[in-house]
Amino acid sequence: MNLMTEQWRATAPVENLRRRAEILAQIRAFFAQRDVLEVETPLMTQAAVSDPYIDTIECRYHPVPEQQESARYLQSSPEYAMKRLLCSGSGAIYQICKAFRNGESGKRHNPEFTMLEWYRPDMSLSQLMDEVQALVSLVLKKLLWQRFSYGELFQRFLQINPYRATAAELAAITRQHIELEFEDDNRDNWLNLLMSHVIEPQLTELGAVFVYDYPASQAALARVSQNAEGDAVASRFELFIGGVEVANGYHELTDAAEQARRFQQNIQQRAEEGLPQRPTDQLLVDALQAGMPDCSGVAMGVDRLVMLVLETDRIDQVIALPFPRA
Amino acid sequence: MANYSTNQFKNGLKVMIDGDPCSMVDVEFVKPGKGQAFTRVKLKNLMSGRTWERTFKSGDSVEGADVMDTDMEYLYNDGEMWHFMDPNTYEQVAADQTAIGDTHLWLKEQDVCQVTLFNGNPISVTPPNFVELQVTETDPGLKGDTAQGGSKPATLQSGAVVRVPLFIEEGEVLKIDTRTGEYVSRA
Repeated sequence: MNLMTEQWRATAPVENLRRRAEILAQIRAFFAQRDVLEVETPLMTQAAVSDPYIDTIECRYHPVPEQQESARYLQSSPEYAMKRLLCSGSGAIYQICKAFRNGESGKRHNPEFTMLEWYRPDMSLSQLMDEVQALVSLVLKKLLWQRFSYGELFQRFLQINPYRATAAELAAITRQHIELEFEDDNRDNWLNLLMSHVIEPQLTELGAVFVYDYPASQAALARVSQNAEGDAVASRFELFIGGVEVANGYHELTDAAEQARRFQQNIQQRAEEGLPQRPTDQLLVDALQAGMPDCSGVAMGVDRLVMLVLETDRIDQVIALPFPRA
Repeated sequence: MANYSTNQFKNGLKVMIDGDPCSMVDVEFVKPGKGQAFTRVKLKNLMSGRTWERTFKSGDSVEGADVMDTDMEYLYNDGEMWHFMDPNTYEQVAADQTAIGDTHLWLKEQDVCQVTLFNGNPISVTPPNFVELQVTETDPGLKGDTAQGGSKPATLQSGAVVRVPLFIEEGEVLKIDTRTGEYVSRA
């Protein structure tokens, strides 16, 4: 007997795929009109992202079958490569590409997903937020737009200062809201739990919300500055629409020495937490050394954007053949 | 029992939490873009029926629970326990008041129910979605009122009391939806 299953079939309805294609066309038209160059960068790279909590998928390259094997990594974001283009004199650029992340599978996550990333030389972070708003408004027309600092949100919903609270204080307040068994002395893990479990659900009712001034410890590749109260904050924003994380933007770090230091910091954190060590991108450090224009950049999850347009909370409704059927 | 890691969590997985068998009702992968990954699980305690949420760090594992759903035939009630039999193995189990809960209202000999066994002992019994039960007591029917609305209570052979249309008579067999406890039709 032929045990044929329905696994061959696309999970996303064809009308959703049609809308998805239209949105991609709208995005390309938006950037063409603003004279932002579409680029492509490698998906298989020699170095991997350094962020401790992003696990890169490794693949193997053989110049001769089964010999002289070398490791390559499926990119988790085109950030490093696009910055090398900026340092090469590209000017404003954008890219729509696949990004790959180990283990990120769930109702709203697919281990390979579509990312829109763009960089704007000479744009401030707030100008870039304006541009993100203009782009999203093309496809989501009736949104209410608001901007809050990370500190304001924690003050409003949890009555706590996220820049100054200790790990123990954050753990205590987290345990009041979420049942969990584990311990952790990393402040950012508690902040992320509070953000994802307590604050994000509250943002659902607030339409489109830009959150800016992340704690400096969550700067990743953003510059660090000071807010009015003198706390060190990352020049970074995230956009949440209907409580869902859609985009992440930075006033980009251009200092090569600081970049090398952050890589080192990530290597150390990975070692402390027993996470895999991967080669870091020396070519990015070299490029920054040669000089990167002052710029802001942002990455947006295209699948998430399409989900919002189609009002679905399942990523398999907007990806034709999601991971379990890939 | 085997241990299950967060990446193996899925709806319906039975695990031990704080000494009680629990079933996963909803599993959500939570991952802030740059942050650590978590798995948020809605759990149902199979002993108490309580549903609540717990968050696990990715990579954490929990012990599986030896919980099995088995289709079993209802045999009889001895005044204290309700007895069921596996029609394939003829093995019999007895469920107490706690395990049976409200299900006893819908039990009829030889109906097949889903019995949830924990370490071999029944902890809950789910009746079929639809059962056919005889009316043992109700007010006399009103002739010619079949099209009209209105209802009256009727006691069924299992002891349950349900609202039925006015035309139903004692001795009739009715189809009942056990999920809502409502009359569906004459059987």
